[in-house]
Amino acid sequence: MTDRAPGDPSPRRVDRAGLVIAFALAVLAVVLVFDAFRLPPGAMYGVGPGAMPLVVAVGLGLLAIGNLIDALRGNMPPRESADPKPVLLILGGLALLIAIIGFGGGFILATSALFVATSAAFGRRALLIDAAIALVLSTLIFLAFDKLLTLSLPTGPLERLL
Amino acid sequence: MIDTFAQLAHGMAVALQPLNLLYALIGVFLGTAVGVLPGIGPALTVALLLPVTYKLDPGGSLIMFAGIYYGGMYGGSTTAILINTPGESASMATALEGNKMAKAGRGGPALATAAIGSFVAGTIATIGLAFLAPWLVDFAVRFGPEDYFALMCVAFVTVSATFGDSPIRGLTSLFIGLTLGLIGIDKLTGQARLAFGIPELLDGVEVTTLAVGLFAVGEALYVASRRHHAEEKLEPVRGSLWMTREDWKRSWKPWLRGTMFGFPIGALPAGGAEIPTFLSYSTEKRLTKHPEEFGKGAIEGVAGPEAANNASAAGTLVPLLTLGLPTSATAAMMLAGFQQYGLNPGPLLFAERPDLVWGLIASLFIANVMLLVLNLPLVGLWVRLLAIPQPWLYAGILAFATMGTIAAKPSVVELSMLAGFGVMGFLMRRFDYPIAPVVVGLILGPIAESQLRRALQISLGDPLTLVQSPISATLLAIALIALVAPFVLKGLGRFKANED
Repeated sequence: MTDRAPGDPSPRRVDRAGLVIAFALAVLAVVLVFDAFRLPPGAMYGVGPGAMPLVVAVGLGLLAIGNLIDALRGNMPPRESADPKPVLLILGGLALLIAIIGFGGGFILATSALFVATSAAFGRRALLIDAAIALVLSTLIFLAFDKLLTLSLPTGPLERLL
Repeated sequence: MIDTFAQLAHGMAVALQPLNLLYALIGVFLGTAVGVLPGIGPALTVALLLPVTYKLDPGGSLIMFAGIYYGGMYGGSTTAILINTPGESASMATALEGNKMAKAGRGGPALATAAIGSFVAGTIATIGLAFLAPWLVDFAVRFGPEDYFALMCVAFVTVSATFGDSPIRGLTSLFIGLTLGLIGIDKLTGQARLAFGIPELLDGVEVTTLAVGLFAVGEALYVASRRHHAEEKLEPVRGSLWMTREDWKRSWKPWLRGTMFGFPIGALPAGGAEIPTFLSYSTEKRLTKHPEEFGKGAIEGVAGPEAANNASAAGTLVPLLTLGLPTSATAAMMLAGFQQYGLNPGPLLFAERPDLVWGLIASLFIANVMLLVLNLPLVGLWVRLLAIPQPWLYAGILAFATMGTIAAKPSVVELSMLAGFGVMGFLMRRFDYPIAPVVVGLILGPIAESQLRRALQISLGDPLTLVQSPISATLLAIALIALVAPFVLKGLGRFKANED
């Protein structure tokens, strides 16, 4: 499918990202093997808890080789350029959300931070307006889920006011 | 036969209780509303809406699920027609013709044929489910653990390798899922695996966290990363919503043919609705009296694939309910929905909780009718949902996605896992690895392992037990063929290409 027709002038180049993927799979296989050998052997009959990880590790090892071959042959599907900035912005928003939840800042502040970061990543520049929208929206979600469906969401200074 | 009718009537009595009808209505409404958002497929719709059902009783929650399931499917096809972004590969054929129709000002009839076709297909397929299920259950009670293990091997191979673009990529995704499934306490011995001393990992990886991370966070990151490429355009629905006589005449046969493709392929543990939708598309293209319209907005090209898509969705419920075997990401999420109540679909559930199973099947009929009645009149509302500006849309999706995890387990570790799976989903999209096999691997891996170990315990450790049962020997042979076939066919293809 991704094979180029013979005689295609474009040269097959080694795909570096593919090499990294193959390497990561191999590392994962090694981790599984180490973890499996740490486990005690199984019961008298049948197989113990370490058997399945070894099977999966062998599979991962073979797939690392398969992916390596694809990468060396340049057999990876074509891909378009990607802009790393918005990705990092969203991940920053997620990190902020995790930190706020971790330090007891509550659901509303945490969700608002993620909302503003994501909408900025998608090109919005009106941060204050978005922040206001986010606060109202997350407060409504909090009220709906916490009061109506009685799901417990983490509370912080803002939630205690409600 | 008579028994099926009696059971179904009993199920109807459960599903028609006012409260359950309300649950079905809420499910259909929420499912469509979430499913219509661009980039959100049925699997993610179910995953995102799981928290809404946390506090319901199992019966009500499963009925709501039936509505969410069909609603999400319908919402997805609306998006495919109006903005040409199929949320999943099964809607690709719909997007192909449907979007062209919308561009030509025939968006109304495209939506209508999709809705009515989905209803026809869903109803026929649900009848198929109701009659096939008891028969399969009778067969499945004879399954030993080794047979179940072999069956899961078939599902693993078909979901990941056989029908994807590249068997290596599909299998890579599957094995990542299997690896994630190993994390946590081994149920048979109580040993912790791959937990690295982190207490939160002892319970294993939550399916919803994985699905929401891969699908919602991954999709948001992916769309954000390529925002500079092209803006998607929303086609307004112009003109009449209704289908003309001519449209009806051209639609009804594709609906039925699509159903015939969709249901059997969905019911086989073959996974995915892509095959039947594309089979249906190419069949309609071949049979049509208007070949010149194909590629420019032919109504047959929407009617057939949409019916196939819905019929196969009902078809995947056959292995899910009778064998506990999910063969698509959406079915895996449904299984997660069952598991949150400690219910395991399979022959035992049919015997022990017939009210639940038949209530669910009956609700599928009701959800179908509700969708037909709700969707066309409400199409204006769905279009308005589609018009939400992209920044707010994805910000809202992420806020809702993280909320599900926060509500289930408000821990830093769980949220970090969600973010990590999001990055994984982004990379898998960027490098073109299929996502569904990861979810299926995570949910099915531990079940397959415990069946295998049980089989080996019974046989006193003799691995030959796997090939001594005729059922399991056959299934393992099928799995092997399904695994090798794509490699052989690819080799043949290459050979042919060299011949030219």
